[in-house]
Amino acid sequence: MSRPAPAIIGSVAALALLVLAPALLLAVLPVNQAQFWTANILGRALVFGIVAMSLTFLATYGGFVSLAQMTVAGIAGYTVAIFVQGAVPTIVGGFGYPAAIALGLAAATVSGALVGAIAVRTRDIYLLMITLALAMGVFRFIETNITWFNGYEGIRNVVGPEMFGLPFRNTYVFYYSALGTAALLYAFVLYLVRSPFGLVLQGIRDNPRRVAALGYDVALHRIASFAVAGFVAGCGGVLATFYNIGISPGSIGLGATVNILIISVVGGLWHPIGAFVGALVFAVFDTFAATIYDRNRFNTLIGVVFLAIVLVSPDGLSGLVRRIAGLLHNTVPTGSRRR
Amino acid sequence: MELALTVVLNGLTLAALYFIVASGFSLIFGLMRTVNMAHGALYLVAGYVGYAVFEPLYDRDLWYAWYAGLLAGVVFAAVAGLVMQQVFLGWMQGQELRQALVTIGLSIIVADQLLAHFGGNPRQFFAPDAIFGSSWVPGVGRYPTFRLVQIGIALAVGIGLWLLLNRTRLGLMIRAGVDDRQMLAACGIRVPVVALAVFALGAGLAGLAGVVGSTAQPLAQGMDGRFLLISLVVVIVGGMGSIVGTAVGAILIGLAEQVGQALFPTYSVVLTFVIMVVVLALRPQGLMGRALP
Repeated sequence: MSRPAPAIIGSVAALALLVLAPALLLAVLPVNQAQFWTANILGRALVFGIVAMSLTFLATYGGFVSLAQMTVAGIAGYTVAIFVQGAVPTIVGGFGYPAAIALGLAAATVSGALVGAIAVRTRDIYLLMITLALAMGVFRFIETNITWFNGYEGIRNVVGPEMFGLPFRNTYVFYYSALGTAALLYAFVLYLVRSPFGLVLQGIRDNPRRVAALGYDVALHRIASFAVAGFVAGCGGVLATFYNIGISPGSIGLGATVNILIISVVGGLWHPIGAFVGALVFAVFDTFAATIYDRNRFNTLIGVVFLAIVLVSPDGLSGLVRRIAGLLHNTVPTGSRRR
Repeated sequence: MELALTVVLNGLTLAALYFIVASGFSLIFGLMRTVNMAHGALYLVAGYVGYAVFEPLYDRDLWYAWYAGLLAGVVFAAVAGLVMQQVFLGWMQGQELRQALVTIGLSIIVADQLLAHFGGNPRQFFAPDAIFGSSWVPGVGRYPTFRLVQIGIALAVGIGLWLLLNRTRLGLMIRAGVDDRQMLAACGIRVPVVALAVFALGAGLAGLAGVVGSTAQPLAQGMDGRFLLISLVVVIVGGMGSIVGTAVGAILIGLAEQVGQALFPTYSVVLTFVIMVVVLALRPQGLMGRALP
C-alpha cells in the first residue's frame, strides 16, 4: 500500500500481456497448439486462479485459510446446472443463462457467508480443519444425492451462454470471458481492501480485540469477508462449469479442494495475485507432467513441488521472487508476514 | 426391536474403529498442536504394508498371517510417523499452518505412490479363524465376531492410553507438555524426544486402525481421505487432545452414521455435519475440550 504506483503499472502490464497472449501464441505456434495454450493452459489457469484468489483474499487480509472455497465454487456451478435450460438431466430447468448465473452467484455468496458463520468462532488451524470437514461433508452429500445433484454422475451439457453469436466453447470467447472476469474481480478485491471495510478486516487479522474495542462488530466483518470470497469463488465455479460443460462431484472432492490450496500456497498467500501465479504453474505442470516424470504420476510431481515450496519459501513463488528482488535492491520487503 | 439393536451395535463397532483412528490424531494434536493431515495416509500405508506381509503368509495357510500383517502395519506406521516428525515437522514447531501444509503435501505423495505400487483394486484382510465367523449376541442374533473384537481393541486402546497418560512417567511428561511446553523443557526434560515418542505412538495407532479397519471393510484408494475426515470430525465434536472427548465424539459420530443410514439413507451424511455444526455453535472447543487458548 505504501507503493501503489509500481503495483498498478505491473498489473496493467500483466493484463496487457494476457490480452495479447492469444495473438502472440498464434504468431509462434501452429493454430491448434496456440488454441490449446490459450484455452487449456491460460484460460484454465485464469478460472482456477479466480477460485484460488478467493482463498488468497481471505488468507492475506483476514488471515483465514479456508478449504471450503472449491466447495463454494461448486455450489455456484451446481446451482447454474440445476436451473439452466438444456442441462442433462433436467433437475429444475427453465431458466436462461443470465438468470441461472445470477442465481449461482447468489448461492455462492450465501454459502460463503454460511461457511463464515459456522467457522466464525474459530481461527488458524481450527478454521482449516472445520472448513475441510464442511467441504467433505458437502461433497459426500452431493455425491450420494440423486434427486438434486444426480449423484456420482453429476449434471452434463451446461454449455454456457452464446456471446456475439459465438458459442461459449469458442476458444477466444471462453478465454476473454475468463480474463475479463478475473481482471474485474482482481480490481474489485484490491479496491475493497483499501475501503473502510477492508481496513477493518486487516485490523481484525492483526488484533481482533483492539478492533472490537473500537466498536466494530468483528464477527459480522468476518462473515462478510467470507461472503465476498464466496462471490469471487462462485464466479470461478460458474466459469469452470462452462469449461467442463457440466459439473460432477469430482470437481469438489478432496483432490479438487487440495488443488486450490496447492495453487494458492505455490503462488503465495501474501497477496491475491499469488492465486494466478500458482494457477499458471499448476496448469503447466498438469499439462506437461507426462513429459516431465510419468503420465500417471502427476500427483506425486505436484506434491513434491508443493512440499518443496512449503519447506523452502512459505510465501510461495511470488514471495520468493519478491524476496530475491528485495535482496537485489538491498531492502527488506515490507509487509512480509509468515503464517 | 432386533433391527434397532443391530443398528446400535453397528454404530458402536464403527465408533470403535473411529476411536482407534482419531485417538492417535488427537494425541498428537494434544501435545504438539500439530494437525497431522497425513493421518489418513498413515492409515492407508499401514493397511497396504500389512497386506503385503499378510498375503503370502495367508496363501501358505499360516495361522499367524493376520497377526504378522498387523504388527508390520503398526510398526511401519510408527516408524513413518517418527521420520515425519524428525525430518519435516520438528524444526518448524509452532508454525501450525505450515505443519498442516507439509503433512498435506506428504499425504498427496504417499497416496499417489500407493496407487502406483498397489493399483486401484480393493483388498481385504481375512481375520484369523479364532475371531472369524459370527457370534450370538443377545437381542441381536448372529453378529460378525470380528466387529465385536473391534470394540475390544478400542477398549484396550482407550484403557491403555489412559494408563499411559495417568500412570506413567512418560504420561506425566506428556500432560505437562500439553499445559506448558517451555516449562517442561526448563525442568530438564528433553521435549523433542517426548514429541517423537508421542508422534510414533499416534502414527502407530493410525497403523493399528489401518489393519483392523481393512479387515472389517475393504482397503482401497480414497480411504485416507475418509479416515482423515473422520478423525477431524471426531476430534472437533469431542474436543481436541482429550481421550475421553475422542471416545464421546467417536460414539456420537458412529451412531449418527448408522442410525442416519437406517432412517434416511440419502441424507445420512448431513446428520454427521449437523452434529458438528451444532457443537461448534454451542461449544467451539468441543464437548470435552478445554477453552481455546
